[in-house]
Amino acid sequence: MAEALLSQKNKKIFKDGMWDTNPITYQILGICSALAVTTQLKTALIMSCGLTLVTAFSNVVISVIRNYIPSQIRIIVQLTVVSALVISIDQFLRADMFEASKQLSVFVGLIITNCIVMGRLEAFAMGNPPWKSFLDGLGNGLGYSSVLILIGTIREIFGSGTILGYQVMPPSFYAQGYVNNGMMVLAPGAFFLLGIIVWIQRSISGYSESN
Amino acid sequence: MDIVHYVNLAIKSIFVENILLAFFLGNCSYIACSKKIDTAMGLGIAVVFVMLICTPACWAIKNFFLAKGAMAWTHITALANVDLSFLIFISFIAVIAAMTQIVEMLVEKFSPALYSALGIFLPLIAVNCAILGAALFMDQRNYNFLESVVFGLGGGIGWALAIVAMAAIRKKLAYSNIPAPLRGLGITMLLSGLMSMGFMCFAGIRL
Repeated sequence: MAEALLSQKNKKIFKDGMWDTNPITYQILGICSALAVTTQLKTALIMSCGLTLVTAFSNVVISVIRNYIPSQIRIIVQLTVVSALVISIDQFLRADMFEASKQLSVFVGLIITNCIVMGRLEAFAMGNPPWKSFLDGLGNGLGYSSVLILIGTIREIFGSGTILGYQVMPPSFYAQGYVNNGMMVLAPGAFFLLGIIVWIQRSISGYSESN
Repeated sequence: MDIVHYVNLAIKSIFVENILLAFFLGNCSYIACSKKIDTAMGLGIAVVFVMLICTPACWAIKNFFLAKGAMAWTHITALANVDLSFLIFISFIAVIAAMTQIVEMLVEKFSPALYSALGIFLPLIAVNCAILGAALFMDQRNYNFLESVVFGLGGGIGWALAIVAMAAIRKKLAYSNIPAPLRGLGITMLLSGLMSMGFMCFAGIRL
């Protein structure tokens, strides 16, 4: 009997990727891009969309051909599929959003090596049917996106006083001596912020690593 | 270009623009493998080796096959103006995957202890963002051959430096009383932030 498209199990697959097994805070994957592109909300949004699309659709493609891939070359096949998707996204960005692609520089290409994409392919798509793989990819992508958007918003507001380029810090603050937090747009600020977010998320969800 | 330029490039890629602490590349294996110093050292050396080989190899692929007009050396007029740069991602990752496979075979032959200690992380060097990232930076900045060698070596050494330092710190952390939600990933991030601040101090070095 065919399972309903959005049955309980399917919904769980989707929701797990967003909270319980969030790729960044639980699986510890995809940290590199989470820190690198979040100096501004705009680049964080573009990276989130890009990664969600790549994860979801590469999951589907690999899941469809999973029974025909010889085990010795499966990493190569996976990388090829992912590279093709990332090349398309990169060409699209260069054509239609050129300034943003300049800011993202190498990080669009680095979606290929983003551990979330490869991790979900190996862990889920290689053993599950296409619709479930799509939900899993979508859920993980959205979980990643939520962390990225959170970090991007905080870093942009406190680091430059803007959101998506629009000034949100009232000029009266600056007049009274408020200064933009320079550390937020630099590397250390990103590390600290991610550490604190992980701390908060794990306090709420109750997960902690056994040392 | 004189030797000072290359030494400056080396210092820049090891310390000032440390590929992990400034560009965040290679974080996943860094966090996962920095619990013990031996594993960290082994992985660091493997990454140095792979990066040193892959960056010039990718330079060659780009400059002899993929860049605009690169295939003029074949003297085939049809190929003289072809621009295959959109294939850069896929050819770079193919070179890196092949090189990693070779390094894995070498490590298994010459050091089985290191091979079993590294486990899954050795093949995972292929998807370590640091390697592809170094190759893509080399492409973006249009380095020449010698610059790409120096950059690959420097990037690898910088990454190895960061992971060994983190392993040493985490070894001391075993005696600390860290709150449960902060253990593992959280505290590593906070420590990396402090290390990153420390490495920023190198920004003033000029030869």
